[in-house]
Amino acid sequence: MNLITAIIKPFKLDDVKTALNAAGITGMTVSEASGFGRQRGHTEVYRGAEYTVDLVPKIRLEVLVDAPDVESVIETIVKAASTGSIGDGKVWSTKVENIVRVRTGERGVDAI
Amino acid sequence: MNFNSGDTAWIIVAAAMVLLMTPGLAFFYGGMVRGKNVLGMLAQNFVTMGVVSVLWITGVYSLAFSGKGKWIGDFHQFGLNHIWQQATGFESLTIPPLVFCAFQLMFAIITPALITGATADRLKFGAWTLFSAIWLVVVYAPVAHWVFSPSGWLFKLGALDFAGGTVVHANAGAAALAVILVIGKRKGWPKERMRPHNVPFVLLGTGLLWFGWFGFNAGSALAANTTSAFAFVNTNTATGAALLAWILTEKIRDGHATTLGAASGAVAGLVAITPACGFVSPMGSIAIGFAAGVICALATGLKTKFGYDDALDVVGVHLIGGILGALTIGLFATKMTNSAGANGFFYKGGWTLMGHQAVAVLAVVAYSFVATYILAQILDKTIGLRVSEEAESIGLDLSQHAETAYESSSYSDGSRFTSNFAQR
Repeated sequence: MNLITAIIKPFKLDDVKTALNAAGITGMTVSEASGFGRQRGHTEVYRGAEYTVDLVPKIRLEVLVDAPDVESVIETIVKAASTGSIGDGKVWSTKVENIVRVRTGERGVDAI
Repeated sequence: MNFNSGDTAWIIVAAAMVLLMTPGLAFFYGGMVRGKNVLGMLAQNFVTMGVVSVLWITGVYSLAFSGKGKWIGDFHQFGLNHIWQQATGFESLTIPPLVFCAFQLMFAIITPALITGATADRLKFGAWTLFSAIWLVVVYAPVAHWVFSPSGWLFKLGALDFAGGTVVHANAGAAALAVILVIGKRKGWPKERMRPHNVPFVLLGTGLLWFGWFGFNAGSALAANTTSAFAFVNTNTATGAALLAWILTEKIRDGHATTLGAASGAVAGLVAITPACGFVSPMGSIAIGFAAGVICALATGLKTKFGYDDALDVVGVHLIGGILGALTIGLFATKMTNSAGANGFFYKGGWTLMGHQAVAVLAVVAYSFVATYILAQILDKTIGLRVSEEAESIGLDLSQHAETAYESSSYSDGSRFTSNFAQR
């Protein structure tokens, strides 16, 4: 079992969500995040005074998947989130020891 | 007395419109401060509405408009005693004296309120409340008397100020400069960037100001007639020209025309046309507005150059814009617009009028600056004007009012996320 975490551009969220749904993924967690990578931030100007904003808004999307599905899900996210320009984000996968569905108490792959 | 119901109805409505400018100003300023200080800004403006409303009726109206004194009014209409009599020199008005009193009250509210933009983020609420009350009596009342009352020495001199370029804007601007020199800079300025937390608020406030300003300027004809129509059209035209001029200046200097710039330009235009709106032609108002847009946009850079923390550019917009407007009367005033006015330099009037305007500007700015500086020093040494360093860090909303404007504390420093990275 793996947790796939993706940092993507906010306006790409709908595309990624649709693509994951089409690929049979039934659940995900989405949160607003901020940060920077190679894209760095941007400058804003108020009455002539420049402000550097390093942290840019991003979306953090998390999906739990069974090990055999990891590659295909990552592929789906990367394809849907890509614009080809700098700042598209990152996707990574981490091993998950256990998962429990709160309502039923099911464990492991059954709880995904 | 011979009252005209059309005139009376218009001035009552105009008075209500001018009152609305102060909440408008509160949002104009409130959007520009950091999210932890927005309630503090709104509260300072609203409390001014309370303080001045009570004091004006109680006695300040009499000090500003009653009597034949050159320097200050008298106590004849204290507590609105003898309010059935017109203010001295206003005997030919066709509106009830009480309506005139109410209309002038709204000007007295917004003038001290203008100062709060310069002192943003660091004044104690109670100290501001007391300051606004004393300032109204020792600075606003005499200056309004000098310029607006036909008994006043600047009025007698022949200086023209249709709706308060000197009395309201240059006066508040000079006072703002005096107070910030006493209280000092915001903690972290100018190294730490203090980004406006809600630019849409600024635009909302600008809209309310622009609307209310029609009451301010066209209402200053104190009648519904051709002069008020000129004032109305000139106000709108100059504001449009200044808006365009400010964003054009930004586009050339910074590369982008900004929404904050559009709002700032509109306010600069409104300020500059205020003294002139009843004396110049609509074509003249375009020139005045355009000059205000460019000059005020450049003037906002002065504070970083000279190191005084005029937080929201009250000096750059109101002092400079007010002076500019008062002086342009000396160039653009024409008796074709207002036979009770005078001709400026461009209308074969020579430099006489410009001379009178310069005296009025100098007198008002000098008196306001000096008197306010002394008042601020006294209050700072006694009760203290400035919040503690800790209170300033927490923000005025929580430290002064035990409230917060927004649920999300991530807005507290005005940038969306902690500024450690942004200010590295």
